[in-house]
Amino acid sequence: MSDWDPSQPILEIENLSISFFTRLREIPAVMDFSCTVMPGEAMGLVGESGCGKSTVALGVMQDLGRNGRIVGGRIKFKGRDLNLMSDAELRQIRGSEIAMIYQEPMASLNPAMKIGAQLAEVPMIHQGMAKKAAWALARQIVEDVRLPDPDRILKSYPHQLSGGQQQRIVIAMALMSKPALLILDEPTTALDVTVEAGIVDLVKELGRKYGTSMLFISHNLGLILDTCDRLCVMYSGEAVETGSVREVFDKMRHPYTQALFRSIPLPGADKNARPLIAIPGNFPLPHERPEGCNFGPRCDYFQAGRCDRGAIPMEEVPHGDRHESRCLRFAEIDWAAPPAAGKTYQKAEPGEVVLRMDDLRKYYEVSANALFGRSGETKVVKANETLTFEARESETLAIVGESGCGKSTFAKVLMGLETATAGRVRLYGEEIQDTPIEKRNTNTVSSVQMVFQNPFDTLNPSMTVGRQIIRALEVFGEGKSDRERREKMLDLMDLVKLPREFADRMPRQLSGGQKQRVGIARAFAGGAKIVVADEPVSALDVSVQAAVTDLLMEIQRREKTTLLFISHDLSIVRYLADRVMVMYLGHVVEMGTTDEVFAPPYHPYTEALLSAVPIADTRVKKKRIVLDGDIPSAVNPPPGCPFQTRCRWKSQVPGGICETEVPPIKKLPSGHQIKCHLTEDDFATMEPVIEIAAE
Amino acid sequence: MLKFLARRLVTMLLTALCLTFIVFALTNLQPNLEKLAKQQASVRMSDAQVTSWLARHGYARPLLQRYGEWLGVLPGWTGKNADGKPTGRCLSHYEGVKGAKIPTYCGILQGDWGYSTVFREGVGGILATRLTATGWLMLWVLIVMIPTSLIMGVLAGMREGSRLDRSLSVASIASTSTPEYVSGVVLIVLFGSSFTGLSLLFKQWGLISGGVILKGNATSAMSHITFDNFALPVLTISIYGVGYIARMTRASMTEVMTAQYIRTARLKGVSFRNVVLRHALRNALIAPFTVIMLQIPWLLNGVVVTETLFSYKGFGWTLVQAASNNDIELLMGCSVVAVIVVLLTQLISDIGYVYLNPRIRIS
Repeated sequence: MSDWDPSQPILEIENLSISFFTRLREIPAVMDFSCTVMPGEAMGLVGESGCGKSTVALGVMQDLGRNGRIVGGRIKFKGRDLNLMSDAELRQIRGSEIAMIYQEPMASLNPAMKIGAQLAEVPMIHQGMAKKAAWALARQIVEDVRLPDPDRILKSYPHQLSGGQQQRIVIAMALMSKPALLILDEPTTALDVTVEAGIVDLVKELGRKYGTSMLFISHNLGLILDTCDRLCVMYSGEAVETGSVREVFDKMRHPYTQALFRSIPLPGADKNARPLIAIPGNFPLPHERPEGCNFGPRCDYFQAGRCDRGAIPMEEVPHGDRHESRCLRFAEIDWAAPPAAGKTYQKAEPGEVVLRMDDLRKYYEVSANALFGRSGETKVVKANETLTFEARESETLAIVGESGCGKSTFAKVLMGLETATAGRVRLYGEEIQDTPIEKRNTNTVSSVQMVFQNPFDTLNPSMTVGRQIIRALEVFGEGKSDRERREKMLDLMDLVKLPREFADRMPRQLSGGQKQRVGIARAFAGGAKIVVADEPVSALDVSVQAAVTDLLMEIQRREKTTLLFISHDLSIVRYLADRVMVMYLGHVVEMGTTDEVFAPPYHPYTEALLSAVPIADTRVKKKRIVLDGDIPSAVNPPPGCPFQTRCRWKSQVPGGICETEVPPIKKLPSGHQIKCHLTEDDFATMEPVIEIAAE
Repeated sequence: MLKFLARRLVTMLLTALCLTFIVFALTNLQPNLEKLAKQQASVRMSDAQVTSWLARHGYARPLLQRYGEWLGVLPGWTGKNADGKPTGRCLSHYEGVKGAKIPTYCGILQGDWGYSTVFREGVGGILATRLTATGWLMLWVLIVMIPTSLIMGVLAGMREGSRLDRSLSVASIASTSTPEYVSGVVLIVLFGSSFTGLSLLFKQWGLISGGVILKGNATSAMSHITFDNFALPVLTISIYGVGYIARMTRASMTEVMTAQYIRTARLKGVSFRNVVLRHALRNALIAPFTVIMLQIPWLLNGVVVTETLFSYKGFGWTLVQAASNNDIELLMGCSVVAVIVVLLTQLISDIGYVYLNPRIRIS
């Protein structure tokens, strides 16, 4: 290994430029990117989708596909330039010295190969280990990543494991030959928050144990704060700011970093008093980048004639720890100045009860094994159990929970896509639980509408945007003539702040945020009274999320809509919800106003959930509660309390009734309800999970 | 597994019943029967004579009843012929045999497939010999076709857009778009004719002693198969099938090669050869497997052209003879065989699919 020693950087990227070549043009994906990772250091790479952060990772791996090419700069790993290596030399390094962990664990494991074979392959290739020894090592590493029953896991196929377990296997695979550098490409994005917390803990611990350097790619600033020492913020193919995590978080010196922090809901933000500040405009497409500063057109501090002339270099920030910024004006800007006071709003008072659910249950019958199974044996999935709540006019009720908690099922029953097994759903006093959507009258259908999670899949790709909204108007019986409907459609475009000429565009010509606006327009086409927003912003980029959230809030204020906001993201829930309902395995475990739910006493699950959510604020102190294991399957729920298998308070409850009895709903005087066996005294001993240190 | 098989077998039986009934109804349409009567007795029969002929031969009864008899779940019809001698469905085989015990039921369930009016012998026997002949042809076609097409597909698909991919793609498209009657004739001209083509050249160079390199006639293969007499028909069918399967394999292979787990394998440091052999191959074979299984019924019925071209009297040739000569019983026999083959290959493909794709096993 030439003349490298551990005092030198393990990875040194100097002025790296990567382009993709299409028939039409060269598309620069990464430009003039530099960063250094020291041994044992964790480097975060933050940015929105399309900013080139994954391209950097693949560039380090020298795996850019047929169209991608490194057009400039050097990538030195342990002092050796990776760009100059032959295929055989690269193969030597891949998997043994640099390993990678990917975003979607399911897709990155071979579906037709046993876990053990996939793991054992690594030392067999790199160390020429015998098969038996390799399997033994695999078993040991599987234990290292804290997976239960390693022997069974080694013999199973990827699809037999849960998402969290799969990601642990991917991590185990990366660790098989103790790499010097680990590249993590959004390793937890596809996972639930409580599972994510476990994975993050594991990665941190393994990093310490083996002294591995890490390149951690994420769009989640909170996660970077939790895991990294240094970070590099990327925007549109360039690094715009780099430095130690604390310095960048507290003393940022680039307008984009500042705008990013102002657009994410941190504790203290409030939809009425301190609304989020969305970054105006859109992310520039790679071939439409402006002259000069890429962020210029969206920047508050933009100076014409200066910021739009020529390339802008990275410059050292004085008095920093290797802190650099790509901004000409960072020395002039007053960084301590509070954001210009945005609009503040009057808190909307909730009106009459619009929707009432009484003891709603939804069970599914599934046959245990479709193929090769004992036929006739059916299992009941209890997707919703005793759901009781009411929602008022112009109120925002957030429904929080991880995958499989039954939040989507509940939405389906409300929409009429499924009918309830038992219980009542009353909309303005009318019972609708047994009426499927095709039998509902137009009025009911148009008054309960939905905004979907993934705007990319929910618009018809071969119909113009305007036509799709008009179609919704036709279905809802709005407007008398085509002309009237077209007028109405244009009004709706105004409502969701899309330019009117977008009506003639195809969905593929729109960005994610714009598509979601179309989805919102469609939902409000029939004057919806209740809008179920199923994770409406989770597929969108951070800077767009704020704008779409704001839009929803604004329409709600104007139309007095009841918003049922389904989400797993507690930060955004805290920001916009009036009341919160926490669900776990079909049960509502806690319900109350936002303040009540986010402060003790908590349901033990809410406590863990709050602790698991990464918060991008250095002032916040969190208690670390990591849940063991995965969410139990709804097909085979644990007896008694649904949460008992992972609950850290279980030992406080005498007599082991957690394992036998479903807890009753405890109503606290304020109306706050918790479904738990713990006593009032136990609740009184709970400490807040999130504390904000005084400024 | 056994339960699954049992359930599948029951549904297969029901499907077979439905399908055979449809064929039975279609082959037993009134005009067909009248034509049969005229063929069997006299072309110049009057309408009244036809009616009475049909009545005497048991065709004037309800369709369902006759279908039941054909199946062997209803007793075969009996009657008297013009001379007053007893006749009946089950009697035909025992004509002239004294003291034979005549069975009541005689349908395919009893193993009685009926009597072919064209070949003047039992349908069962005809089917057995013809199926064996076609079976050998199918076997050799499969032996040649499957490995060739899979190798072509995998080689083409592993590096999408490469020169190898493009040349193999051109070859496979060309081969599927050449029907057997074209490729067969071309092959015969090239190898099987003593007047033109390679045979003539080879003979002039003294490389072959006989007149042709390969025989353009496969009749002799009915009794014993040699490379000489069987290569051309096998090649003709294979060329047509290879392109199709190769295209499917290529499509599936290119898709697999862009999958994330292939990137994982590559970035683990696995060599390209092993990425293809250990990681991609099994996943890439799932889709072509179904296609290959679908090719088997096609081979059974679709070899007509080739069989005719090379005068190889197999199943396809028999089917054509039966259909063009209004041979009802033989036609029924052929369709039963075809239905069984289709259903069986589907069953095999479902089971094989489960073994190829571990995700199906549990979920």
